[in-house]
Amino acid sequence: MDALMLLLLTVITAATPLLLAATGELVTEKAGVLNLGVEGMMIVGAVTAFAVAVTTGSSGLGIIAGAAAGVLMSGIFSFLTLSLLANQVATGLALTIFGIGLSSMIGKGFVGLAVTPLSQLDIPGLSAIPFLGPILFGQDVLVYLSFVMLFAVSYVLRKTRIGLILRAVGDSHDAAHAIGYSVLKVRYLAVLFGGAMSGLAGAYLSLAYTPLWAENMTAGRGWIALALVVFATWRPARLLLGAYLFGGITILQLHGQSFGWSIPSQIMSMLPYLATIAVLVVISGDRAKIRLNAPACLGKVFHQTK
Amino acid sequence: MTQIRFNRRAILGAFVGAAAATGLAIAPAQAEDLKVGFVYVGPIGDHGWTYRHDIGRLAVEEAFGDRVSTTYVESVPEGADAERVITQLANSGHGLIFTTSFGYMNPTIKVAKRFPNVKFEHATGYKQAPNVSTYSGRFYEGRFVQGVIAGMMTKTNVAGYVASFPIPEVVRGINAFTLGMKSVNPDASLKVVWVSTWYDPGKEGDAAKALIDQGADIITQHTDSPAPLQTAENRGVMGFGQASDMIQFAPKSQMTANIDDWNPYYVARTKAVLDGTWESGDTWHGLAEGMLAMAPFTNLPADVQKKAEETLAALTSGEMHAFDGPITNQAGEVVAKAGERLDDGVLLGMNYYVEGVEGSLPK
Repeated sequence: MDALMLLLLTVITAATPLLLAATGELVTEKAGVLNLGVEGMMIVGAVTAFAVAVTTGSSGLGIIAGAAAGVLMSGIFSFLTLSLLANQVATGLALTIFGIGLSSMIGKGFVGLAVTPLSQLDIPGLSAIPFLGPILFGQDVLVYLSFVMLFAVSYVLRKTRIGLILRAVGDSHDAAHAIGYSVLKVRYLAVLFGGAMSGLAGAYLSLAYTPLWAENMTAGRGWIALALVVFATWRPARLLLGAYLFGGITILQLHGQSFGWSIPSQIMSMLPYLATIAVLVVISGDRAKIRLNAPACLGKVFHQTK
Repeated sequence: MTQIRFNRRAILGAFVGAAAATGLAIAPAQAEDLKVGFVYVGPIGDHGWTYRHDIGRLAVEEAFGDRVSTTYVESVPEGADAERVITQLANSGHGLIFTTSFGYMNPTIKVAKRFPNVKFEHATGYKQAPNVSTYSGRFYEGRFVQGVIAGMMTKTNVAGYVASFPIPEVVRGINAFTLGMKSVNPDASLKVVWVSTWYDPGKEGDAAKALIDQGADIITQHTDSPAPLQTAENRGVMGFGQASDMIQFAPKSQMTANIDDWNPYYVARTKAVLDGTWESGDTWHGLAEGMLAMAPFTNLPADVQKKAEETLAALTSGEMHAFDGPITNQAGEVVAKAGERLDDGVLLGMNYYVEGVEGSLPK
């Protein structure tokens, strides 16, 4: 039982950065904007969070700075694509390239430093429950936040007026504009929210997951988060499933190797990708439903004067 | 994963393009005798393998001042992209190019054929050509010392090894560690987890967690970031640094570290090109020549430290070799009898586990 608990704890740490970034990107895409710069925003968030945490000695400030850095990065993106009408795919890719370079530059003085890992925040009473307590209620603040944000996003998108407006903007920006909603304002806010979440995912990497700064430490997690949004067909519940499936199988295959399963390690390394794609493709097989959930204006440029 | 690769390539292409453009722009103003290029597999900020190579590059700049200028390209994927980057360096007037990862072997040989006047130095490979030398460190010597320490320090009799790819270089390290460990503690065994990457701090750390969760109380690694050692520190078990001294990540857990020292070799080879005495060859230096050093022994009881120092001295003087017989492989076959020693040819092609390693070697 103890071993299983440790395994689950590790799975949570592997899934959290994916879940945070993917939740942000989901909102961005639901508003009709495709931001491929998740990896770039995440890495800048990671380095900023680390730099601030080391300089001030406060993880809390580090987390806030990480989110702020993500917002700034997405601000550049939204200005270029929404105000200057630049191509979203190209701008997003450029944002990632820019982010990786910028983070190396900011991080130069921070290579080889260590920071105290983000402390866990036990929820009084609940964390004492045997087995489930430490897993569900003995985590750090960003893990709780990843769940809270996912449920909040799910609720807002489905049940509230704001969610309805956001989806309207993503599905038909011309119609939303004609009714009188400010397409630009909604999209700006959605992109900035995505940036903040990517920044938090980065902060989680450099403050909690592996509390250090190393160049390129996101190692492709931003791209995984992006892929999860598509494979989850823009549905929050499936995003949760996808992130945990991917994280879970990544960890499980490492445990399997250490346990001595006689499956070649190369195949084990492929497993998280194969399994996540297979499961999400199978449960999302209904084309009509995909069309229902996919934002129809995703990636399309909106000309306000039209 | 295809999507990620594609995008990384696009990114890399952009970087190389930019680097080339800058190179061309400033070229006429330079009056140096030699341009030296370096191709790195990871970022220079990895604090491990690539970081140490870049320190070697800086030593070259320091040693020759204005006579030599250096260029480096970091995070170059092994494979077709490497060929493009190496070609680009050769095309832009570099007279000496160091390619610093095993996977650059075939691209280096291919490019070298097209540029017979450019000298190439490939790290950790085994293919040479008239203008391609190979060089590597006998890092397994340090791993043997680590194994001896691990054997004496482990309470669970299980050590954990975070490994990258099943190539001879890595397998040799695993075996040397195991032989060192078994030499002082016949009951100890080694668990290996392959992460299929040289560099992904998160995954490397997760692999260390998996090993610790399954009873390993000593963690060592053949990947490039400090994450496995840092995980050991956070979980309260002991470990070793890799490629450079990582004590700041694990003040309570690092017992020693292998430190790669490329400086003397890089300076000597650059000088040879400047003097016109460069010749193709194969260099495999270790503790004796100083290409490998050990970080100070820390967090060790006196008797373990003494044994570690003795082992280190014996390996350095050549009195002892990490692969002295008797050695038995996993299947129980004797590969070296008592009094025999595995030769370099066998070590360079090592493709089996010795007794004491758990699991089977991925092929």
